Amino acid sequence: MARGVMRIGLNATRARTAWLFLVPSLVVLFAVALWPLGRTFLFSFTDAFLTEPDIYGYVGFENYFTLFEDPLWWQSVRNTLFFTVISVSIETALGLAIALLLNAHISGRGLMRAVILIPWSIPVVVSARMWQWMLHDQFGILNHVLKLMGFIDNGIAWTANPNLVMPVIIAVDVWITTPFMVLLILAGLQMLPKSIYEAASIDGVSEWRQFTALTLPLLAPSIAVAVLFRLLDALRMFDLSFVLSSNSDDTKTVSIYAREVLVNFQDMGVGSAASAAIFLMIAIVTAVYVTVFRLNRRLLGV
Amino acid sequence: MVRSTTNRRLHRLAIYALFSVVALYTLFPFYWMIASSLKSGQAIFDVTFLPDLKFNNYEAILSDGVFLRSLMNSLIVAASVVALSLGLAIAAAYALGRIEFRGRSPIMFLFLAVSMFPQIALLSGLFEMIRWLGLYNTLGSLIFAYMIFTLPFNIWVLTTFMRNLPRQIEEAAIMDGCSPLRIVRCIFLPMMGPALISTGLLAFIASWNEFLFALTFILTDENRTVPVAIALISGSSRYEFPYGAIMAASTIVTVPLIVLALLFQKYIVSGLTAGAVKG
Repeated sequence: MARGVMRIGLNATRARTAWLFLVPSLVVLFAVALWPLGRTFLFSFTDAFLTEPDIYGYVGFENYFTLFEDPLWWQSVRNTLFFTVISVSIETALGLAIALLLNAHISGRGLMRAVILIPWSIPVVVSARMWQWMLHDQFGILNHVLKLMGFIDNGIAWTANPNLVMPVIIAVDVWITTPFMVLLILAGLQMLPKSIYEAASIDGVSEWRQFTALTLPLLAPSIAVAVLFRLLDALRMFDLSFVLSSNSDDTKTVSIYAREVLVNFQDMGVGSAASAAIFLMIAIVTAVYVTVFRLNRRLLGV
Repeated sequence: MVRSTTNRRLHRLAIYALFSVVALYTLFPFYWMIASSLKSGQAIFDVTFLPDLKFNNYEAILSDGVFLRSLMNSLIVAASVVALSLGLAIAAAYALGRIEFRGRSPIMFLFLAVSMFPQIALLSGLFEMIRWLGLYNTLGSLIFAYMIFTLPFNIWVLTTFMRNLPRQIEEAAIMDGCSPLRIVRCIFLPMMGPALISTGLLAFIASWNEFLFALTFILTDENRTVPVAIALISGSSRYEFPYGAIMAASTIVTVPLIVLALLFQKYIVSGLTAGAVKG
C-alpha cells in the first residue's frame, strides 16, 4: 500500500518535472513558430503594410483574390512544382546509384563518404556563386571546355537564356543535395540484414534479381522518408534561384514571390496571403505523401 | 579460379573508376573556386587550370573591414544558436525521453510538425515579433529566428538518444534523492557526447548557411552574416563583376565547413540519419 502511494506521488512529481523541463522550449517555439504563423494567417486578411504593421483593417479574402489573379504567382507555383518534381526525382535516382556504389566493401569508401558530404555542408549561396562563375558566358570554364572540344563556337549564356536557366538551376541543386540522399539511403542500406543476401546467393539468385526483389522493397521506407525531407526542402527553395538568376520570372519560386511582395513591395496583406497559401500547399503535399506511403508510424514511432 | 580473380579485379577497378568520376564531379567546382581565388586581377579571365598563387584577392577581401565583420557575425550567431538550442533541447529531451506523462505524444507531434514549417510562412509574423522584441537589424533576431529549424530537430534527435540509455542508473539516482537537474547534469550529459556533437554540428552548419532570414531581418552591412554578404557583392557593371573577390570570400567561408565535414563526418551523418531512419 505505502509503496503504491509513494509510486503515485513519485509519478506526479516526475510529470511536474517533465513539464518544468519542457516549458522553456515550448515558450521559444510558441514565440518563434506558432504565434508568427497565426499572425501570418491573420495578416493575410488585412491591408497591413510592412512599414506600419500595427495599423490595419480587415479586407476579407481580397488579398487572396489579388494573389490568384496574378499570373506571376501561378508561374512561380508552376516553377516551384516543376523544380521540385524534376530535381527530387534525379536526386533520388542518382542518390540510390551512388549509395549502392559506396556500399561496396572496398577500401576508400570512408573517404568517399566524407568527400560527398562537402557540397551539402557549404552555404547554398557559395555553391550558387561557384557555379555562376563556372557557367559564365564569356569566361566560364564550362564554355571554355565545350569550345575546346569543338561542340560550340560561342559561349552559351547558361543563366540568361530563359530556356536554359531552369535546367541549370536543377543541375546545380542536384550537385548540392544528392549527397543528402546518398547518406540517408546508405544508412538504410547498412541496416539491411546480410543473411538474406547470403541465402539468395546460395540459391543462385542473380545480383540484379537480388537488387529488384530484395534491396529495393526493403529500402523503400528509407527512400520514402528521404524523399519527404527533400520534397519539403525543394518546395520552399529560395537562395539558389535568388543568387543564380535573381529577378528572372522563369525561375521565380513561391518563396521568392512571397518575399518580394512582402519586403520589396511592403505589401504585408498580399505577401502574407502568398505565405499562407505556400503553407497550405506544403501541408497538403506532406499529408498526402505521408498517407500514401503510410509513413505516420515510421515518423512518430520514436 | 584464375578467371574469378581477374573478374574480381575488374569489378574492383570499375568501382574505383566510378569513385573517381563521383569525386571529380563533387570536388572540381571547389578546385576551380580556390584556383580562381588565387589568380590576381585580369588573370582570372584567362582559363588556365593551374592557379598563380597570388593572394591579392584575399588581401583585398580581408582588408575590407565589412567582410571580417560578417565573418565574426556568422560565428557569433552560429555559436549562440548551438549553445541555446542544445541547452533547451537537453532539458526537453530529458522530459520527453525519460519521463512517462500525459501529453507526451501530442508534444512530440507538435515538435515534428513545427520542424516541417516552411520558413517563408512565418516571415511576416516573425517580422512583427522581431520588431516588437526590439531585435530588428541585430544578430539577436537571427539567433532567435534560427530556433525554428534547430530546436525541434535537436529535441527530436536527443529524445531518441535518451530513450535508448539504460534505466538502472537513473533509478538509483532518484532513490538517492538527486534532483532532476542534477540527474541530467551528472548522469546524462556525460553519456550524451556523440549525440551532442552530432546535433551541435548540424545546428552550426544550418545557422552558418542560412540565407532567407539573414537577408530579411538584417538591414545594414555591418550586421550581415557571410552568406548574405557574398550574395550581395556586386560590381559597378556586369563586366566588372569581382569574381576574384567573390571566390576568395567563398573559399574563406567554406574552409571551416570542409574541415568540420572531414573531421566529424561520422557524427554529421549519424545526426542526419537519426531523425530519418530510426523508428
